[in-house]
Amino acid sequence: MNSSRHPHQPAAHPPGPGASTALEVRNVTVRYGSVLALDEASAVIGRGRICGLVGMNGAGKSTLFKSIVGSLKPQSGSVRIAGLPPAKARRAGLIGYVPQAETVDWDFPITVREVVGTGRYGRTGITRRLTRTDQDAVEAALARVELSELAGRQIGQLSGGQRKRAFVARGLAQGASVLLLDEPFAGVDKRSEQMISTVLREAADSGTTIVVSTHDLHALPDLADEAILLMRRVLLHDSPAEVLRPQNLALAFGLDPLGRPTDTRRADEAPADGGAVAEAEAAAAGDAAAADENWDGETR
Amino acid sequence: MNILHLLADPLSYEFMTRALIAAVMVSIVCALLSCWLVLIGWSLMGDAVSHAVLPGVVLAYVLDLPFAIGALVFGFLAVILIGAVRDTSRVKEDAAIGIVFTTLFAFGIVLVSVTPSDTDLMHIIFGNILGVSRQDLTQILILTIAVLLVVLLKRRDFTLYAFDPTHAHAIGMSPRLIGAVMLALLAVTAVATLQIVGVVLVVAMLIIPGASAYLLTNRMSMMLIIAPAISVGCSLIGLYISYYADTASGGMIVLAQGFVFTLVYLFSPRQGVIARQLKRRRLRSAL
Repeated sequence: MNSSRHPHQPAAHPPGPGASTALEVRNVTVRYGSVLALDEASAVIGRGRICGLVGMNGAGKSTLFKSIVGSLKPQSGSVRIAGLPPAKARRAGLIGYVPQAETVDWDFPITVREVVGTGRYGRTGITRRLTRTDQDAVEAALARVELSELAGRQIGQLSGGQRKRAFVARGLAQGASVLLLDEPFAGVDKRSEQMISTVLREAADSGTTIVVSTHDLHALPDLADEAILLMRRVLLHDSPAEVLRPQNLALAFGLDPLGRPTDTRRADEAPADGGAVAEAEAAAAGDAAAADENWDGETR
Repeated sequence: MNILHLLADPLSYEFMTRALIAAVMVSIVCALLSCWLVLIGWSLMGDAVSHAVLPGVVLAYVLDLPFAIGALVFGFLAVILIGAVRDTSRVKEDAAIGIVFTTLFAFGIVLVSVTPSDTDLMHIIFGNILGVSRQDLTQILILTIAVLLVVLLKRRDFTLYAFDPTHAHAIGMSPRLIGAVMLALLAVTAVATLQIVGVVLVVAMLIIPGASAYLLTNRMSMMLIIAPAISVGCSLIGLYISYYADTASGGMIVLAQGFVFTLVYLFSPRQGVIARQLKRRRLRSAL
């Protein structure tokens, strides 16, 4: 078992290894040059759970996502998605990814419907032509995020919230069993935020495992079943309420109101400056696509 | 009647017919590739690869191999070297591109100067469309049709690669492989295009049609129709003008493309600077 997990794990859904394990990250360490971005990060998330990923900029949230998708190769540790290493999980279409808004070219000549359609590409033939079934899945996903009427628009002609909904719809159309969302609520209006939360909950209820990195701490208890507090390593993996307790947040955000470690057990994990990591992450982001695609998730 | 005559007259010469067929095929292929190059931001890469293939073409000639093989080898060599210089030194990518392709191009020029052949250095640099032999035309047709087939089969992969390589990767596709295929197409296309407009102007054919189409539409599927249409139109117009005005054909073709881009840049209904200016003024007066 993972030593960094908090003992007060909610008993209803014990996220231990087993048949219900959808995502398993074990001792993943990532360095960008001399900068340590992830330090022996471990977490196990059960099927159909929504897990919030909380931490300051540079805490390693994006790095953790990239390690799960397999677009970067950790120096050590392993990742399993439904028991499969990342390369196999990708080929099986198990991993869906909703990117941060800043990484998308909103001027790209592609319609909302076409974006959602790319969610089905893993199931298509050599020319990626969508079949009737694919098209039905695309329309159903568009309807679920209420974008059917705007589906013919160029993607950049949507509002911030609608854009995010389009990418969530892509994940739905894909039918991924693990859906990773990188800051889905940044720059999103209340209505879209609510809708995305509802849609994610429906997806989770039908068995999709969802990991959401978010700065929106207030929405976390309503959204997520559990939360991970990340500061290069997993400081805490517990219920959202527990993670959001001030003394725990202080560990990750350095907001200690008393000016001293609130929990002596974790004093050695006091927050460090994440700026260097953020910089390294940003630099590495551009290379993500070019990174080793065939990393098999094994320890090297 | 008179105009028909004007159009049909050059076709009575076999070299003009060959030139027209070659120009049309090359225009279509270049224009299709240009759509993705412009969207990915690979215009400079197109420039680099089209120049860097020169030594490969000359060596292939010396070794009596197909030109495309030499071009592929040196096209990839250029990309690998650019990546190496960029990643292993503090030199940035644009400088790395500038260093690598000019050096390879210079190597090609030196090779041409010491290679006894009937190919004139000036023809390689500025093109020799009116000198396209039957054999040349066969080669151009094979290369362009091969590229066309790959593009038709994999166009959706290219578009997804240009739009969201991370998603492509996440669903089990290989962005690295798609990128490599695109570079290979680029190198092969550069060989075919070299004969039409010359090494120096290949990059124009690989950027201008796509950039023009990008300013005219919001749909990729339309871009892939508009860009070749512009490109073919410009090649025909440029070729006819060069026939009657007795000007350099390669230069005339690219000049026509530059002219069309200028028109689009100014007058495109939504993206043109004039339309945008008018819209801004209307918004301001509405306030």
